[in-house]
Amino acid sequence: MGENIVGDKPDTQMKPLGDSGILLQFGTEISPDVHEEVKAFTDCIEANSFPGFIECVPAFTSVTIFYSPLLVFQMYKGKGKPEDLSPYSIVQSILQERLKSLHTSKRREKRVVDIPVCYGGELGPDLEAVAKYHQLTPEEVIDIHSQAEYLVYMIGFAPGFPYLGGMSEQIATPRHSSPRLSIPAGSVGIAGMQTGVYPISTPGGWQIIGRTPINLFYPDKNPPTLLTSGDIVRFKPISIEEYKEYKETVL
Amino acid sequence: MSLRVERPGMLTSLQDLGRYGYQKYGVVVSGAMDSISLSIANLLVGNKENEAGLEMTLMGGSFLVEEDLLIAVTGGDLAPVIEEESIPLWRPVWIKKGSLLRFRASRSGCRTYMAVAGGFDVQEVLGSKSTYLRGELGGLKGRALSAGDKLTCGGAAHRFQHLKSSAGAISFAATAWHVNPEPFINLKETVIRVIRGGEFDYFTESSRDRFFKEDFRITPNSDRMGYRMEGTPLEMTDSFELLSEPVTNGTIQVPKDGNPIILLADRQTTGGYPKIAQVATVDLPLLAQKKPGEIVRFKEISLAEAEQLYLRQELQLEKLKAGLSLKVDETA
Repeated sequence: MGENIVGDKPDTQMKPLGDSGILLQFGTEISPDVHEEVKAFTDCIEANSFPGFIECVPAFTSVTIFYSPLLVFQMYKGKGKPEDLSPYSIVQSILQERLKSLHTSKRREKRVVDIPVCYGGELGPDLEAVAKYHQLTPEEVIDIHSQAEYLVYMIGFAPGFPYLGGMSEQIATPRHSSPRLSIPAGSVGIAGMQTGVYPISTPGGWQIIGRTPINLFYPDKNPPTLLTSGDIVRFKPISIEEYKEYKETVL
Repeated sequence: MSLRVERPGMLTSLQDLGRYGYQKYGVVVSGAMDSISLSIANLLVGNKENEAGLEMTLMGGSFLVEEDLLIAVTGGDLAPVIEEESIPLWRPVWIKKGSLLRFRASRSGCRTYMAVAGGFDVQEVLGSKSTYLRGELGGLKGRALSAGDKLTCGGAAHRFQHLKSSAGAISFAATAWHVNPEPFINLKETVIRVIRGGEFDYFTESSRDRFFKEDFRITPNSDRMGYRMEGTPLEMTDSFELLSEPVTNGTIQVPKDGNPIILLADRQTTGGYPKIAQVATVDLPLLAQKKPGEIVRFKEISLAEAEQLYLRQELQLEKLKAGLSLKVDETA
């Protein structure tokens, strides 16, 4: 893919996330092209931010910009009556300007990361239910899940949690209707068309089909995560013995 | 200067104003649940407002003061005492070494903040001293305080030396003046102001209506990550799966069971449940002071109103900061 001008795209929508965030939507479907736009806009804003900018968070089809309304207000307060100045509108027009000059970059060489997973049993309590939901055998679900190559679209939810694209529709399964209070670190899950790995123990609503013994989050490194947006992930099925062996050698 | 933890209380952790800049790596922001109370506690002892302080929840801890210490306690009232003598809130307090500072059960609010002059001496992790309990990150070894912990403090006890002399033989002395918290946080208020969330229109008309008219109870399954609320379950017009996208402090999302969850300080960075509303930043400290079991009601305001309320509060805090810095410098 070559250079591609994104500016003035009619489908780029902005909406507030509370009174100190703004979400830019580049599309409604997960796709590598939308991912490139999201990445390009993230890079552009980080390289050329504005007074009051705090950080931006790329997602599947959107980028959210967090800002300090006070700093934005103080930077522009000479330019109108305080009650007429909306930090949201100010940030919105800054972002509109940035969009006009946005170019997506050429596709880079992608890093491939293999993640070993022990599927089913105690480590994957929802594997049977996912299989049943699709009238497949658990082995078929494992095959489908581990034969794909996944693009890391975003990191979010918890430190180092990768949201992966490229999962087969054959095993897409809705989330639990109420999230579990605790899911162990390393759990591999499915939610709708998404799949991912929980790097730390946290509540969550995904269908858990297996667990990896490897670590995805390193707080003393920068960046602090095994995976970053744009990487390729492959899941490698391992036995419970291999899982335990790996855990023991690391500990 | 140092403090020894005799009893940690129900949940006591070190918190500053949060760990920003790493949300794109999924690193949770954390920070004080009631950021206004922490900021004011810090300003009262001459710290920068984003210095780390202790956040205690519902039942406070007890601390042996090993060297003379200057503190300020703000937020909810967890009834701090030294030898049965109450420590007043919202003002600088000098404490003599050897004193046992005890906090008890909540008399009002849910969380109390204690700042010490010079701040607490712990390593920053990814730019912040805040404790993220689930990720075992920051603060004191990434965990809540426990009995026997020793906390070293930065110093700056030279401030308010006149309090030491006015204390005489007594264990502590406080200034006669204090900061009035009411313009910043009125603990009796039960109405939480919100703006519409990104998926507001996906809820049925009667659910949208009920959201602003009916009571919601904060369930016991609530913590620093979020408050799980209970009321008449809210319904969507159609069931749909949302692509995960960023959420923030005060985002109110509704899972399929229809009971809203308000995401708070230790919230995940992104979420996939539909967002019915977003708590106005100005009311986040008030919400954080509500206890499990308490009832709140949501009131809709516009984005413009939320912005104006926020700016007014921040400008008020700036004014307070200027006023306090004069008082604190005078006493240096």
